[in-house]
Amino acid sequence: MIVESLFFSALLFVVGMVGVLTRRNVLIIFMSVELMLNAVNLSLVAFSTLHGLSGQVFAILVMTVAAAEAAVGLAIVIAVFRHFQTADLMNVNLLKG
Amino acid sequence: MREFLFSVGYDRWILPTLLFLPAIGALLTWFHGIYEYRAGHVGRSYEGFARWLPFSIFIVEFVLSLGLWWAYDPSGAVFQLTSTWDWIPDWGVHMSLGIDGISLFLVMMVTFLLPIAVLSGWTSIDRAVHSYHALFLVLTTGMLGVFMARDLIMFYFFWELVLVPMYLIIGVWGGPRRLYAATKFFLYTFLGSLFMLVAILYIGFMVGDAMYAAGLTPTDRPNFLFENAMAYFTPSGTEAFWLFLAFFAAFAVKVPLIPFHTWLPDAHVEAPTEGSVDLAAILLKMGTYGFIRITLPLFPGVVLHSWVGKVVIVLGVVGIIYTALIALVQEDWKKLVAYSSVSHMGFAILGIFTVTTVGLQGAMMVQLAHGLSSAALFLMIGMLYERRHTRMLSDFGGLARVMPLYAGFLMIATLSSIGVPGTFGFVGEFLTLMGGFGPVPMLTVVATTGVILSAGYMLWSVQRIIFNPLDKAENKRLPDVNWREAGMLIPICAMIIWIGIYPAPLLRRMEPSLSRLVEQVHGVPTSAAVSRVREAR
Amino acid sequence: MLLQEAAAAGAHPLAGTAAEWLWLVILLPLLGAAINGFLSTITGWRPGPFDPDFHRTGEFPAAPASTLVERASRLVGGGDVATGTSGPATLVTGTHSVADGTDSQYVEDVYEDSLIEAYDEKLEAPPRHRFLPLVSVVGVGTMAIAFVIAVLAFLAMVRVSPETPLIRNYWTWMAAGGLDVAVSLHVDQLSIVMTLVITGVGTLIHLFSTGYMRDDRSYARFFAYMNLFVFFMLVLVLGSSYLIMFIGWEGVGVCSYLLIGFWFTEEANADAGKKAFIVNRIGDVGFLVAMFMMFWNFHTLDFMGVNAAAAALPIGTALVTTIALFLFMACAGKSAQLPLYVWLPDAMAGPTPVSALIHAATMVTAGVYLVVRSGAVFAAAPSASLVVAMIGTLTALFAALIGLKQWDIKKVLAYSTISQLGYMFMAVGVGAYTAGVFHLVTHAFFKALLFLGAGSVIFAMHRAYHVTGNHDDAQDMRNMGGFRRFMPVTWAMMWIATLAISGIPPFAGFFSKDEILGSVFAHATGSTLAEASLLGVGGSSWLYLFYALGLLTALITAVYMTRMMLYTFHGPTRTGEVESRHLREAPWTMTVPVVVLGLLSIGGGWLNIPELLGMLGPVGRLEHWLDPVVASAAERLGGGAALEHALELTLIAIAIAIAVVGIVGAVVLLRPARLLPKAESPREVGIQALLADKFRVDELYDRFIVQPLLTASRRVLYRGLDIGIIDRIMVVGFGWSLPRFLAYLGSRLQSGLVSDYAWVMVVGVILVLGVFTLR
Repeated sequence: MIVESLFFSALLFVVGMVGVLTRRNVLIIFMSVELMLNAVNLSLVAFSTLHGLSGQVFAILVMTVAAAEAAVGLAIVIAVFRHFQTADLMNVNLLKG
Repeated sequence: MREFLFSVGYDRWILPTLLFLPAIGALLTWFHGIYEYRAGHVGRSYEGFARWLPFSIFIVEFVLSLGLWWAYDPSGAVFQLTSTWDWIPDWGVHMSLGIDGISLFLVMMVTFLLPIAVLSGWTSIDRAVHSYHALFLVLTTGMLGVFMARDLIMFYFFWELVLVPMYLIIGVWGGPRRLYAATKFFLYTFLGSLFMLVAILYIGFMVGDAMYAAGLTPTDRPNFLFENAMAYFTPSGTEAFWLFLAFFAAFAVKVPLIPFHTWLPDAHVEAPTEGSVDLAAILLKMGTYGFIRITLPLFPGVVLHSWVGKVVIVLGVVGIIYTALIALVQEDWKKLVAYSSVSHMGFAILGIFTVTTVGLQGAMMVQLAHGLSSAALFLMIGMLYERRHTRMLSDFGGLARVMPLYAGFLMIATLSSIGVPGTFGFVGEFLTLMGGFGPVPMLTVVATTGVILSAGYMLWSVQRIIFNPLDKAENKRLPDVNWREAGMLIPICAMIIWIGIYPAPLLRRMEPSLSRLVEQVHGVPTSAAVSRVREAR
Repeated sequence: MLLQEAAAAGAHPLAGTAAEWLWLVILLPLLGAAINGFLSTITGWRPGPFDPDFHRTGEFPAAPASTLVERASRLVGGGDVATGTSGPATLVTGTHSVADGTDSQYVEDVYEDSLIEAYDEKLEAPPRHRFLPLVSVVGVGTMAIAFVIAVLAFLAMVRVSPETPLIRNYWTWMAAGGLDVAVSLHVDQLSIVMTLVITGVGTLIHLFSTGYMRDDRSYARFFAYMNLFVFFMLVLVLGSSYLIMFIGWEGVGVCSYLLIGFWFTEEANADAGKKAFIVNRIGDVGFLVAMFMMFWNFHTLDFMGVNAAAAALPIGTALVTTIALFLFMACAGKSAQLPLYVWLPDAMAGPTPVSALIHAATMVTAGVYLVVRSGAVFAAAPSASLVVAMIGTLTALFAALIGLKQWDIKKVLAYSTISQLGYMFMAVGVGAYTAGVFHLVTHAFFKALLFLGAGSVIFAMHRAYHVTGNHDDAQDMRNMGGFRRFMPVTWAMMWIATLAISGIPPFAGFFSKDEILGSVFAHATGSTLAEASLLGVGGSSWLYLFYALGLLTALITAVYMTRMMLYTFHGPTRTGEVESRHLREAPWTMTVPVVVLGLLSIGGGWLNIPELLGMLGPVGRLEHWLDPVVASAAERLGGGAALEHALELTLIAIAIAIAVVGIVGAVVLLRPARLLPKAESPREVGIQALLADKFRVDELYDRFIVQPLLTASRRVLYRGLDIGIIDRIMVVGFGWSLPRFLAYLGSRLQSGLVSDYAWVMVVGVILVLGVFTLR
């Protein structure tokens, strides 16, 4: 059971990571980040079968933080969109040296 | 006099007082400035305090320092009037003050020149007056600290402390290219002194270990006191060479030796008059002082090495000729005098690195004489600049007709600068060359030709300023020096002539310390060392 | 050192006599310089306002009209006219009421000129110096008192005739390491002779200056410099060590610099002063190096110590030869010998009394004094002595040749001075130290006379030109001629000096020059010098050559001096119709010194009469006098040879004959009547142009030394090396631009795109994990 769970978690994480690395729309990237976060959550829960309840507690904590993070992240996304009039990250390069 | 001074405890409080009085004054000046600023007081009438307070502090410093002349025992070779207390005990750093025959006159020159220098900005500095003078007070603490320090870390601390106010003075109150010049000055000298910091730390830890191994200290915490470094620091040949190089980086930039000198003309040209005076008269001497105080006794093997010492001497001698030739073709008067400073410091280097008592005494005299004559020259450049807002030689001519007294002062300073006997400048130049001739005769002959070139560029510039036809309309109404300016120049010129005629008291006071130094370096009494050098030749 | 201590031990025969007071002789001129300098300062300096940004907006105070009138009328009257009492108003309105029947239109012009001058330069030019009487009294008085004390010291010395010098230490000047130099005086027969010449001739020239410089606005400054010069000159000759001498040596150089450039608003004058100082400095390097060598080898700088050490060395060691040559380098600078003579002709830009005092009588002879003073050093180095004599001979001939074609009256005298100095070096080079000093003294008399006489001529010319508003060259002999009619006293005295310099008996120059040539001839056989060799040629041959060239120079000397006299004082007057009406003899303050010097030029020869002419008076007084100082050195270098009387008589006859031939030849060949004024004369061609252009040595130096040095400094060292390579490439390049370039490369990695950063992060994480996993 744990092996399948971890395998699924890794799959989810890679999917999220590929999304972050390849997509250009800021909203989609944000969703991919959430996906990676949930992959980690899944692995935490899976590990709790080995190490007791602390993994599940930790997963709940992460979900709480993720909710807050989603709120801040969405706010940033909106701010970026308002500022640049686009959600395409390829057009956002203020940090270019 | 001596009894009286000691009865009031002069020997105990004088050095800390001299050192920290300017710093306290700086705080006072700044606080007053902040108060006036917050109260919305702007303008000349509120700046009086900012001029008079620093001036009075410098005068007090000068008067207090006069006692050193009597309190200092001329026969003693080691540090006198010492006081030591812990500064950072865990790292073995002390605040340790003292003066000997080498630093005595440099300290007195600082206290002598500063009241004069501060007068030069009396009317020309009109913005941020509080900060300007407060920075000079901080600068004074730094300069005095370098010359009084008996601890390597303390030496480094004050060495770097000098850098900050000078950077700000050039960068804020300077000429049109002040930022470039200030940055160059700061980075250049700072880079050099970082190497010195590394070397100081290395030496401190080595000394700490050695003292611990000798059972003198309970722990192996580092120790930075000069005398411990002299006694317990025994580097290997390679070690000594690299440490020598690290110190050399700091001192050579400061002196400056060619080819590390290009910050100097820029800094001088952009600095306000008072900054130039301090820069030329005192800051440059920190480099030569470092050579005498640290390099010679700590690395005698390297200094006397068959070619390392020679290379430094060659740099000095080439610098004398090279910068003199460059000065010969300058159009900007201030730049000319700046280059001539490099040329003069070459004589000091020659005297220091030939390690003879005569040469070292000459090097000390060169430093003092150059301090006075270059200070006078920069002050006079500033006076003309205030009147005409130009420093180009071609803009002047015939000024002796309208400014006869100015011309007289300029002539005295010039004659001292080119080393005419009877002025201060000659004493140093002659003794340096005299000392150098024994160990390195050919190089000394080359250096001696520098006196021709110095006469060339100085007289050429003087001619274009005060002689020649008075043909520029703007120059025909120039007022002669006023009382304030005469008050600045008279003490310097009087000193130049007085010491030129009677330098013996100075030489007598510095001789014990310097001959002890020469013995330390050669490891044998002086006379034997001299004959050994001559045999080696 | 021991000698010095013994001499200073107080048991000296001169102790307690007037010779002890010689320090006063030195200090008096310094006092005069201080007082006159102070007077000059307070007349020149008006303190400016406290704030230099404040410019005086008010009008310049107008000079009192009465002074302007006085000045104008004095100019008109040539200085000896009572002023008319007409007020300024009359002058300005042009009423023809001014004194002496001169053209009143002209008076107006002068008045306007001075007005314009005064206002244009924003300076109230006082017609006379405010403190003129005080300055004169101080300037001349200190000199006169100094001379009196010197004479008293001399008389005391005559009484006791000491064998050792009197040395008095005053204070320690420098003590460093093994060096210990005291400020101390060295009084012996040689220095007292020099002191007498300096103070005596100096007093006369100071007196002359009170007339010559009377109308100068910087009258006090002039006397301050002159007194200061005398002070330094006395330090030079009375100092007891080379270092003390060097104070005077450079000090007189500074005063010379200031006095040559006295009228500094002419660029040429300021240039000449600077050139004099710098060329002298080249020589001074030799002095310095010689002192370093003395210190490191003899461990002393005292005359006594160094001479004793040199006398103890074998003849011809490399060390002593080098020291002697370096010392001579200094002499060549100060005494204007080849190749460093170029400053002296230019130095004529100074006021004429300066030329008389500094550039004829005293300062330029310092080199001769130095060689005599270092007699033992030169005696121990015969080849160096030969060099001295050779340079002296060549300079004498070279300068005399140039003197043949000079038109400026002062330039003739300048080259004549160089030439005579060459004679002196010829003498001291062959070990005839007494002859050198003898010629130094007689030359001081007749050359000072010639310069003062020339000064009177120029003074008269200036006055005449000033009155008529002429701006022609007042020193060019082509503008003179026939001055005998206007200035009879000056004319007579100048002829005396001319005969003296040409070597006609019984004038002073005959005795001294004859003694030099005789010594050169005599030392050519049987002396140390004759045994030595230079450039592979034996000393004997050299000396005979020097003798021949010396004779040739004597001939040329007679020619150019007679030429100068003929063109200036004889023939028709070329000054101009109007101008010559204003030519007249100088005032008494100027003629009296000239006459006194004339008497000295006649009688100076009696100082040292050769044995052969013993019927004229006591034989060889100067020689006996100087014996304690120079005898041993002279003996070592040139001793052992004496001429037979018959031969000596022949030599004397030849010398006189040559001088007579020169004078008569010049009188016969030169035609002053055919000369044209300067403006109308044609340019010389060929060899004449070469001589008139002074062999173009100045141009040569300028072209091959000065200009290349300046150009190289500017282009290669300053622009190329200092700014270009060191500053731009090393400092700004490596210190500033290299870090910035690296930073630029790094900044290229910053695309600003979040996904790129994410990629980098992922790759980094994978790498780190990979490394940890695989390890």
